[in-house]
Amino acid sequence: MNTQNCFHCGNDIVKTEEILFEDKSFCCLGCKTVYEIFSQNDLTSYYDFEKAPGATPQEVHGKYDFLDNREIVSRLLEFEEETVHIVSLYIPHIHCSSCIWILENLQKLQKGISQSQVNFSQKKVRITYDPQLTDLKTIVLLLNAIGYEPYISLENYEGIRKTVDRSLIYKIGVAFFCFGNIMLLSFPEYFEVGEYWIDQYKDFFRWLIFALSLPAFFYSGWGYYVSAWKSIQSRMLSIDIPIALGIIVMFVRSTVDIVFDYGQGFFDSMCGLIFFMLLGKLFQQKTYSFLSFERDYKSYFPIAVTKINRDGREEATQVYDVEKGDRLLIRNQELIPVDGILISENAYIDYSFVTGEEVPIAKKSGDKIFAGGKQIGKVIEMEVLHSVSQSYLTQLWSNEVFQKKTNLKYKTITDTVSRYFTPALLLLAFISFGYWIFIDTNTAFNVFTAILIVACPCALALTAPFTLGNVLRIMGNRKLYLKNATVIEQMAKVDTIVFDKTGTITSNKKSAIAYEGTPLQEKEIGKLKNLLRASNHPLSRRLYDFLPVMELLEIREFEEITGKGIRAIVANSEIRLGSATFVGSSKTEKSKQTNVHVSIDGEYKGKFTFDNQYREGLEKLFKRLSRKYSLTVLSGDNEGERDNLTQLLPAGTILVFNQKPEEKLAYIKELQEKGCNVMMIGDGLNDAGALAQSNVGISISENVNVFSPACDGILDASQFSKISYFLKYSHNAMKTIMMSFGLSLLYNAVGLSFAVTGNLSPLVAAIIMPLSTITIVSFVTVMSNLYARKERN
Amino acid sequence: MSVIYILISISIVVAAVFLYVFIKAVKSGQFDDDYTPSVRMLFDDELQKDNKQKTETKIEKQN
Repeated sequence: MNTQNCFHCGNDIVKTEEILFEDKSFCCLGCKTVYEIFSQNDLTSYYDFEKAPGATPQEVHGKYDFLDNREIVSRLLEFEEETVHIVSLYIPHIHCSSCIWILENLQKLQKGISQSQVNFSQKKVRITYDPQLTDLKTIVLLLNAIGYEPYISLENYEGIRKTVDRSLIYKIGVAFFCFGNIMLLSFPEYFEVGEYWIDQYKDFFRWLIFALSLPAFFYSGWGYYVSAWKSIQSRMLSIDIPIALGIIVMFVRSTVDIVFDYGQGFFDSMCGLIFFMLLGKLFQQKTYSFLSFERDYKSYFPIAVTKINRDGREEATQVYDVEKGDRLLIRNQELIPVDGILISENAYIDYSFVTGEEVPIAKKSGDKIFAGGKQIGKVIEMEVLHSVSQSYLTQLWSNEVFQKKTNLKYKTITDTVSRYFTPALLLLAFISFGYWIFIDTNTAFNVFTAILIVACPCALALTAPFTLGNVLRIMGNRKLYLKNATVIEQMAKVDTIVFDKTGTITSNKKSAIAYEGTPLQEKEIGKLKNLLRASNHPLSRRLYDFLPVMELLEIREFEEITGKGIRAIVANSEIRLGSATFVGSSKTEKSKQTNVHVSIDGEYKGKFTFDNQYREGLEKLFKRLSRKYSLTVLSGDNEGERDNLTQLLPAGTILVFNQKPEEKLAYIKELQEKGCNVMMIGDGLNDAGALAQSNVGISISENVNVFSPACDGILDASQFSKISYFLKYSHNAMKTIMMSFGLSLLYNAVGLSFAVTGNLSPLVAAIIMPLSTITIVSFVTVMSNLYARKERN
Repeated sequence: MSVIYILISISIVVAAVFLYVFIKAVKSGQFDDDYTPSVRMLFDDELQKDNKQKTETKIEKQN
């Protein structure tokens, strides 16, 4: 066992805070308590499956009081009966087999729970309980107490149940059933030509095959006819037209063949074709069900807030029921759901969620506060000005430009190729028909249909789904989760990349602060802390949070000199804090890091060094990207970092500051109107509009389970420096597709040479079709894996 | 040779039964989560190891 890490959560243990319990060491009381709960209930197997699988339980005080409200609870429930309630809860922490085990043994921890079932890929647990023995609040608090806090937001309240669409799987099942049986029934005629018994039974075989092909033709293939018809109507030559044409011609010609006893027809090829193409669709459909790419403000908003009634009682109220004039209580880290006026003396509100500005804003009693901010610190009271639907954030979101354009017609690479392929195919069919008609009418019809059958672009249509589906998976393994396969095509077309600053190229984590110089005594630290309390400068706030809590001291003659530092007399000693020259240090040094120097009573003590908060590999990444792409950094912050950034980033990078969410969106739009393909990389809600407007919107997330705005892809923050790799890989994916197109056209040429000369037999078709499919699928799989390996570093 | 009618009919019926079973399985949601069951099946031994009586008394103590 590792003594350095907490037995429960695996975090590093600070030696002074180490807690020993039953020979195991824990980092904090919370972790120890969870262990105690488990060990009392004989559930310590939890620690056998994975090492340190847990999470530290968070403090909740009254956060879930709204679950006392019957109405809210019944909206959350999936099933409600007198003695049985079923609820599905989303738990972001679910990540390993230990999690599954403990959550499926909840009935041992809480009476009344009869069953709990985990869906790992959706990170959900479905709990069945008896409402007479326990209630939802108890269960949620229990989950929280063992470190599995569920995430309940306004979105759950809306309760839109998604119906799962499984029709593709049914279609594949039916197509495979038909394909398999028809293939077997076709063999006798392929191999036993002219034998006596075949002649006797062939009608039976053929009509059985015909009957078996009907479900595949009418049910499984239906989607292709519909989409072909749609693309004809919108005058787009999509790949579905030759596919649908091929299937229909195959079916009609085969039926004619068996009716007039010309031959056995192409039913096996037809069903195989439908089956393989549906399989390609399924392969491309890979989704990350635990991530959501279509979020709106509802998934951030709490379900309920604490309202203070006229008689002073606190009551949990549904946010939609909040009206103008109500008084609300907002706790530490809670989101303010509506616009209002601050009643408490003062508040620190973090608007990073809306504006991207990370420094909390101080508000005084009577100030207006807007929805979307998070209160930091103590509990505040506010009076409501607008209801939820009329608040700033909701209005901003309802703004039309902020909606992701879903039905934006996008031409895929396959459609582009098919624009040439389809007319060429039809032309060839008609020319051959025109040639043969003068020789033999019968052969002319044969050749005409044979061309359409053999050229049916099965391999062509499969290329993109299999390549992109595979690339999607490989990128997912490397922690870039894309919404769907078309995003890869879009990525390959990008020529301009726009970065957000805060949270994207900078890290959200509190950067480390180090002290260098004469060691400070506790008293001196106390004095510093008191001086910092008075200052609102971002660096002061960070340093203030860094220093340990000390008693309050009296401050006199406080002065803040912009651009230099702060000074005051604290408990009779003069303290200066700021730039080297300001505190009177003789040392002048050039350093990329931000330093704050300290002097006490005129004596230089040392400096606090703030670690560079930019992400690792930022310089290298920008350098690599600047060769191929034009780069822009858009920031909601003020110009404070301009000098630092110009130094850090390659020349030619455009820096734009003071951008509101709408302006970011407008900036992207402007670039697009100039003909650029823009990739936007951002994080918070303040980038939501820009992410939606851009051709490819990638959201950066420190923890992919936490929510990110609507986007095309989510990138794990640790992979930030690999952006150039992903872009290059998308280019290579397109290259693979082009090569594979060449290969499938080669197959088409071979098949067509049979067809044009009038020699296409069902056997040839039955061989060429699966052979080309298998070649293409294995080719693109090998190529995309090869490219992925090559570019790894 | 007319036995072939019976044989083929039987084989088609068997295949159709499998198709029906497959569709039913999909409909009931068996294929929606393809990861959890693979882990869950490994837990069975662990559950039996637990002493039931002991667990129950402990829970009561805690409440």
